[in-house]
Amino acid sequence: MKMRRGETDILRHRCADFAGSRRHLYGRSRSVALDALAGGSAFGGRLEAFAGRSVLLIPREQLNAAVALIELDGVARRIVICTPDVPLDYLRAIATTAEVDAVVYDDGTPDPQAFGVPLLVASSADVAARPAGVSDIRQTEWVLLTSGTTGVPKLVCHTLASLIAPIKPVSEPPIWGTFYDIRRYGGMQIFLRALVGGGSLILSSAGEPVAEHLGRLAEHGATHVSGTPSHWWRVLMGSEARIMGPRYVRLSGEIANQAVLDGLRAAYPQAGVGHAFASTEAGVGFEVNDGLEGFPADFVGTGKGDVDIAVDDGVLRLRSLRTASEYIGADAAPLRDADGFVDTGDMLELRGDRYYFVGRKDGVINVGGLKVHPEEVEAAINQHAGVSGSLVKSRKSPITGAIVVAEVVLKADGAPEARSALEREIIALCRRDLAPYKVPAMIRFVPTLPMTAAGKLLRHA
Amino acid sequence: MSIQLTVFSEIEKVAAEHSKTLAPLSDETVLMNSGLDSLCFAVLVARLEDKLGVDPFSTAEDSSFPVTLGEFVRVYENATR
Repeated sequence: MKMRRGETDILRHRCADFAGSRRHLYGRSRSVALDALAGGSAFGGRLEAFAGRSVLLIPREQLNAAVALIELDGVARRIVICTPDVPLDYLRAIATTAEVDAVVYDDGTPDPQAFGVPLLVASSADVAARPAGVSDIRQTEWVLLTSGTTGVPKLVCHTLASLIAPIKPVSEPPIWGTFYDIRRYGGMQIFLRALVGGGSLILSSAGEPVAEHLGRLAEHGATHVSGTPSHWWRVLMGSEARIMGPRYVRLSGEIANQAVLDGLRAAYPQAGVGHAFASTEAGVGFEVNDGLEGFPADFVGTGKGDVDIAVDDGVLRLRSLRTASEYIGADAAPLRDADGFVDTGDMLELRGDRYYFVGRKDGVINVGGLKVHPEEVEAAINQHAGVSGSLVKSRKSPITGAIVVAEVVLKADGAPEARSALEREIIALCRRDLAPYKVPAMIRFVPTLPMTAAGKLLRHA
Repeated sequence: MSIQLTVFSEIEKVAAEHSKTLAPLSDETVLMNSGLDSLCFAVLVARLEDKLGVDPFSTAEDSSFPVTLGEFVRVYENATR
């Protein structure tokens, strides 16, 4: 699997069979042999047309996206990797910002014609012979979308080199499974770990029941399995958790608490349990393998390892070869500071000799890996004619990391019965306008909201 | 109200609010087959903390995970004892 000197590291070169073992990407209904991709193509004669282009990657199926990524790396100038939940209006804006001039879609893509690009190609997992003479020595930009912003996601520019920088050599090829979509940073790490490590990958599929997915993980002999703490809660609260027997269980994407770590250790006594901190911009910061929540304070420092870790004003900052280079777009803010550090926006508290995550500097609430901006929820609540103001906050949850709760000030104090009717009306407004994970789980009526001296809502009381 | 009744009634409320169809609730119901998703469970555990004063999952001392509804209720019974 070693790259020869002078050879550009492209993903296709990581697909050959390893030590005589067959390697696959396993989807829900079909799979692709990786060695076929090492020398083949699902784009066929269209592959060359992608040379030097900026490609919007919008297939619905993860397997189709995975095959396209392997083929386009080294050929395209830029691949903009989109999850299927990005609305069409946002996709249009993303395509403009990223100077997209090619689109890859599949049967499940709602409106592939919407972008007016010169090259529109359907992706598939049907691999045939690779056309001769297609140059794939380019260093392709891998662009991932953030979910941390209201409105159009930011475009975070990585390279294959920055994405695989956190991946350590392994002694045995892993068979990875992930509950995570490989088009998000956390899932992308697993996709690349399977390819770089000489192994295989079992992909999740939207809408697939947990039991069926676990059945596939068991059937293909998953040795390493990754998910968010919320994914793992779903596994632990089902009766099928033990049908698979991984050697390593990994959590990322949201903060892992002690209960889920202990639950995993009990369910998989033979497995190592690790949780990783990563963000799309900063890359993988560190992995914690001692079975405890938070991380040891002696991780912090510069020059200690591959990643420089700083805590300034209680906020985690990271610097390494794993970070993205920039946000794409003419008016984009810098992604790193002058010293090369990425501000993660995650706030830490030192208790004893460990740091613990205590929330987001920007007030963003992470509900099972999905980000909620309090302002958006407050706007929905404040539509109600009886409301004079609201403050939306995070409440810690062992299951999803956090849930959304709200404090609401009414224009007029009502009787208790009137209040419960008001609560129902406010929740109904939120349900109409917001995704379910953004709707407050509880509403508390309060006489006033805390304000700063400048008259703004005080978010960190 | 008994812990079991409190848990069952909160489950029904959360399911109604989230437009989830509940399986018939009994001690043997497997939690993940009950009709609630992880967001519903997160809301349920927070509501039960307000009602019963404990969140056994944030202060877990024994690490066995409830799989059935009966086990889930017992976790709360043990925690409030």
